[in-house]
Amino acid sequence: MQWRRRSAAGSRAARSPGSDEALLCEVADLAVGYPGGPIVLEDVSFAVPAGMLVGVLGPNGGGKSTLLRTLLGDLRPRAGRVVTEGRLGFVPQTDRSRLDYPVSARDVALMGSLTGRAWWRPPGRDDRRATADALAKVGLTELADEPFGELSGGQRQRVLIARALVQDARLLLLDEPFAGLDLPGSDRLLRVLDDLSDDGCSALVAVHDVDQARRWDRVLCLNRRQVAFGEPATILTSRVLELTYGGAITLGGHEVDHLAPTASQRVARPGG
Amino acid sequence: MSPADLVRVLVEPFTEPIVQRAAAGVVLLGIVGGLAGCWVVLYGLSYAAESLAHGSLPGMVVAVAAGLPLVVGTSGGLLVAAAAIALVARVPALGRDTAVSIVISTMLGLGALLALAPSTPRGLAALLFGDVLGLSTADLAVGVLVAALLAVLLTVFHGRLLAVGFDRESAARLGVRPGLVELLLLVLLGLALVVVVPALGNLLAAAILIGPAATARLVTRRVPSLLAVAVLLAIGCGLAGLEASYQLSTASGATIAATILVVYLLALGRATLRRRSVPPAGSSGPAVR
Repeated sequence: MQWRRRSAAGSRAARSPGSDEALLCEVADLAVGYPGGPIVLEDVSFAVPAGMLVGVLGPNGGGKSTLLRTLLGDLRPRAGRVVTEGRLGFVPQTDRSRLDYPVSARDVALMGSLTGRAWWRPPGRDDRRATADALAKVGLTELADEPFGELSGGQRQRVLIARALVQDARLLLLDEPFAGLDLPGSDRLLRVLDDLSDDGCSALVAVHDVDQARRWDRVLCLNRRQVAFGEPATILTSRVLELTYGGAITLGGHEVDHLAPTASQRVARPGG
Repeated sequence: MSPADLVRVLVEPFTEPIVQRAAAGVVLLGIVGGLAGCWVVLYGLSYAAESLAHGSLPGMVVAVAAGLPLVVGTSGGLLVAAAAIALVARVPALGRDTAVSIVISTMLGLGALLALAPSTPRGLAALLFGDVLGLSTADLAVGVLVAALLAVLLTVFHGRLLAVGFDRESAARLGVRPGLVELLLLVLLGLALVVVVPALGNLLAAAILIGPAATARLVTRRVPSLLAVAVLLAIGCGLAGLEASYQLSTASGATIAATILVVYLLALGRATLRRRSVPPAGSSGPAVR
């Protein structure tokens, strides 16, 4: 594994002092905007060790997609630092892919092996085994040969997770994976993510639903800036939710500071 | 008529050297058209394929007038048509569709004008509707070459073509360069047209690209079987059309195109009936008709 630097201000010695857990992602004082546009997300600082599932909470336009795109390297930080370790696996919403396209679940998962394979090399035995293992991990062995377009929304989402696993990604970035899923589908997806976290994978999951957010190891609340980051039981106060979803975007320093009870939970500081 | 008689009647045309040569040509057309056609259909390039085929007419006429091989004229015509479309599509007021139709009607008109000039030897009809029976050894050699090239490139780039066609943006995230893959497909389409257009003619070339692939799409659920069925259908329709044109004394290219259309309509009818009578979950594996 090697550390990849994504920002000009980045540094290789980015591990938090004293932590013996491997960090898969560390973001410090990030500010980012689209090329030629204003800054749309700032004051973002958090770290994700191996095995941690993070729910990214926020309204539409709050910066969830912007954060994912910055981690993926689509957008360059205007300020601050983004360091990720290992490969990132992006899991898009499945309504974007073509459902009438003649591919099986296995075909789609195998696409993950394109990453890191020379262009002239056909998929080998290892790739096929990795694909079968990944499909087993997301509970789709039985449906591996079904057409992708005939699977349910939750099953399709799990196929795309399998594709990221075939890529050998350790940090998964999921873009609103629960959108349009029914309750059993959502539960199944959550269980798959829990299993992956037991294997040492981490995930940043853009989510809408506040109730569900209580099931994550940590939540990151974004509303054009970081409102809070920490354990859901501690930080999901009505105050934080109001700042995340309410109209108020400007934060007074003292209002936020009193929400930061422990050192492990970082809270936005305006102008920081 | 006894079955033996029927077989004799059906086999008879293929004892003639000219028909044997045409049959070899049709097999090559089936391989080239079926393989390239599947990706053309999957990438939604049917209109582009048809347009490019039409746009190559002036080049073909010029080649005939200058005594050059038809393959040279077709390639030149294709390049000019592709460049013209790319250029006209840049005019901001025109949509891409409009640009394509302006260029293509101009090229077709120009080609017809050139072909009707008294000094042009070969008839316009032969260029528009092709001449499967008139394929030269050089034509067949080019066909073998292109068929082999297509087979190799489509095998090597299968995974990338599949990923980009499935979801362009995700493919880029997997480390694939979608622009290059799409460019590769356009080059493959051009190669296929160089073989198909001289044989089936300007107006009918698109039939063997689009028809078998569109038919195979109705009866298959994965790309490898799609490719196999499309190639078999293209070859089968080609040979059947050749047979029919011999027996009925009709133009070979047009008869092949008509056969492809009939088979497509049959498959479409079957698919429609199935969808109405059986729930989609109960669909069986690929079936060839």
